[in-house]
Amino acid sequence: MLDNLSLLTQLAPVLNIQLLLDGLFVGAIFVLAAYGLALVWGVMNVKNLAQGEYVIMGGYFAWHFGTVGVHPILSLPLVFALMFVFGWVVYLLVIKWVITRDLFTSLLATFGIALIVQQALNLAYGPEVRTAEAGFGTNRLFGGLVTVADIKLISFGLCILLAASVILFMKKSRMGQAIRATAQDARAAKIMGIDTERVYAFTYALNAAICGAAGVLVSMIWVIQPFYGIPHSIRAFVIVTAAGLGNIPGVIIAGLGLGVAEQYSGFVLGLEFQQATALILLLLVLIWRQIQLAQHRQVVQ
Amino acid sequence: MTYRTESIRTRKTIMPRALSGLLLAGAAAGLIAAGPAGAKVEGDTITLGSAISLTGKYSSNGIDTQNGYDLAIKKINEMGGVTVDGKQYKLAVKYYDDESTPARTAQLLERLIEQDGVDYILGPYSSATTIAAAPVTEKYQVPMVEAEGASRALFNKGYKYLFAVLSTSEQYLSSAIDLAAEVAEKNGKSPSDLRVAMVFENDAFSLDVRAGVVENMNKYGMQTVIDDKMPADLSDISASLTKVKALKPDLLVISGHNKGAVTAARQIQELQVEVPMIAMTHCEGANVTGQFGAAADGYLCPTQWAETLSYSDKYFGSAADYDKAVKAAYPDYTTVPYQTAQASAAVLVWKDAFERANSFDTTKVRDALSATDMETFYGGIKFSEAGNNIAKPMVLRQIQNGEYNVVAPSKWASHELVWPREAMY
Repeated sequence: MLDNLSLLTQLAPVLNIQLLLDGLFVGAIFVLAAYGLALVWGVMNVKNLAQGEYVIMGGYFAWHFGTVGVHPILSLPLVFALMFVFGWVVYLLVIKWVITRDLFTSLLATFGIALIVQQALNLAYGPEVRTAEAGFGTNRLFGGLVTVADIKLISFGLCILLAASVILFMKKSRMGQAIRATAQDARAAKIMGIDTERVYAFTYALNAAICGAAGVLVSMIWVIQPFYGIPHSIRAFVIVTAAGLGNIPGVIIAGLGLGVAEQYSGFVLGLEFQQATALILLLLVLIWRQIQLAQHRQVVQ
Repeated sequence: MTYRTESIRTRKTIMPRALSGLLLAGAAAGLIAAGPAGAKVEGDTITLGSAISLTGKYSSNGIDTQNGYDLAIKKINEMGGVTVDGKQYKLAVKYYDDESTPARTAQLLERLIEQDGVDYILGPYSSATTIAAAPVTEKYQVPMVEAEGASRALFNKGYKYLFAVLSTSEQYLSSAIDLAAEVAEKNGKSPSDLRVAMVFENDAFSLDVRAGVVENMNKYGMQTVIDDKMPADLSDISASLTKVKALKPDLLVISGHNKGAVTAARQIQELQVEVPMIAMTHCEGANVTGQFGAAADGYLCPTQWAETLSYSDKYFGSAADYDKAVKAAYPDYTTVPYQTAQASAAVLVWKDAFERANSFDTTKVRDALSATDMETFYGGIKFSEAGNNIAKPMVLRQIQNGEYNVVAPSKWASHELVWPREAMY
């Protein structure tokens, strides 16, 4: 561990750039899935455990389009649309019926969806690890010590584009305003003539579509496998919990930060700690929140 | 001992008998009425049993295994079957799908032995499921010839009814260490100056592979510069590879099933890692040549078997002939996985053992199995006391211009090793 630290501080400090870049690139993808979760959680109070499965599903669609000759980047809008429809159907079939129930019903229902999606992907595509090949090159910096794959740069750009358009949509469009109104007070929104049922369906579908788009990017820069959804779900939960609901800048910072933190812990502590990072951070955030809360209560007293 | 086993069976058949009228109607009732003892050899058919992963995460290799079993059985039956006590018998297999779950494998083996009366078992796919299966076959004293479980946990428990035709997992990459030492000596360096980076998945199989590597490294006094373990569902090892770039080891060893190989190959390409020697398991299964082309050139990949080896037997002919037979029977294969070859070899072992035992008594068949000493298209087969095959070495192939060429051990090598690895990114 100390050797690894000295590598970063003395022997090859440029490696910091590699870790930072890799962390930011992948963190941007985490942000997408987390933002979708925050949306569904905030608007419908449904904690969607199938988040990571939607990501993987999107990745498989991109891979599938790749096998019939569609470039993965071009398949992004297709996957977005497909996953939107899929999200809407899942809403009508399952989510609609559990939305008013207690926390555990919706947790169990979405967990069930996650299992079904995993197994369906396994049946359809088999258990092999897949990658969607973008076929772009790699840039060498600092004599090859730092490399930046073009696809990672492009995927980072796409993440920003996607996030920006979703935020803009939420701010400016009729539907976006209706979603925000419903999130604030569903009953009041209903009285004002907003079709909250439609808003819920739209929100859930939008979340599935965002996750699907994130999945396309994952399949191009990492690898996908039917059972790889869980780490993505966990990350989304960690990011949203750390940032707090309805805090979009917080989600972005937490997502990018988690990406970088994972790379650093993988480097310094070893790969076995890379995924544990998310959970350790969650624990720290919760403890910190608890302390804050306790202080807050004392002030009120 | 035999008496006790029988009594357990009789007791347990009561429940299925009660249920059979309801669920399974006549067929099951007939089977039970015939008694478990009659089911293993009925008429002129010897029934082997196997619980194998036809669905779930091991399903692709599970199906490769099943294809190997089926092909060998078809071949043996075509060539007249198995002759025991002057009578000719056909072979058949009763399969169950264990859904890639070890607990299910154990359950299904109980079912094969208890309810279906099968007394001769062909192994499941993967070490994990075989580890679950072995205690069951041991308990009922039913011999199992397995072809797909290489974990060393299978061979240090004193099992008497377990026989494995494949090389054990510690052998997978330890030959890469020998090869690295050989190259170092040829270049006038001492093997003890070599620095090795290791990235292994944190599971039973890969840790066995690691144990074999470490043991061999200690023998040469090599140094470890990286020793990372990846969790099962990690899709990113770039942090380790970044370290590799900074530390410039002489040898990089990677093992993490197909998914580890895919992840490693993709990120080695992306990070343009330049190490003179890279060895990893599961190159073929992960299809690194197809997916990553020239970027995968120079990888050293261990294999249990290759179609270019000069082994042969009277059933399939040479290894190359076997390769042709598989491709003819299953046209989907462009390269034949070694999992299929070793599965076929396991069936040949059964035939050979039945004929030498000249009996269907499980104890006699077991003793015949343990005395196996035969040449097959898959390599020599001779079991140690622990049940692992000691007659066949692990072979190392290097990817050269997209082809897998055998480069070690030198006795079987068809091509020269390319060193240092010429990275083409």
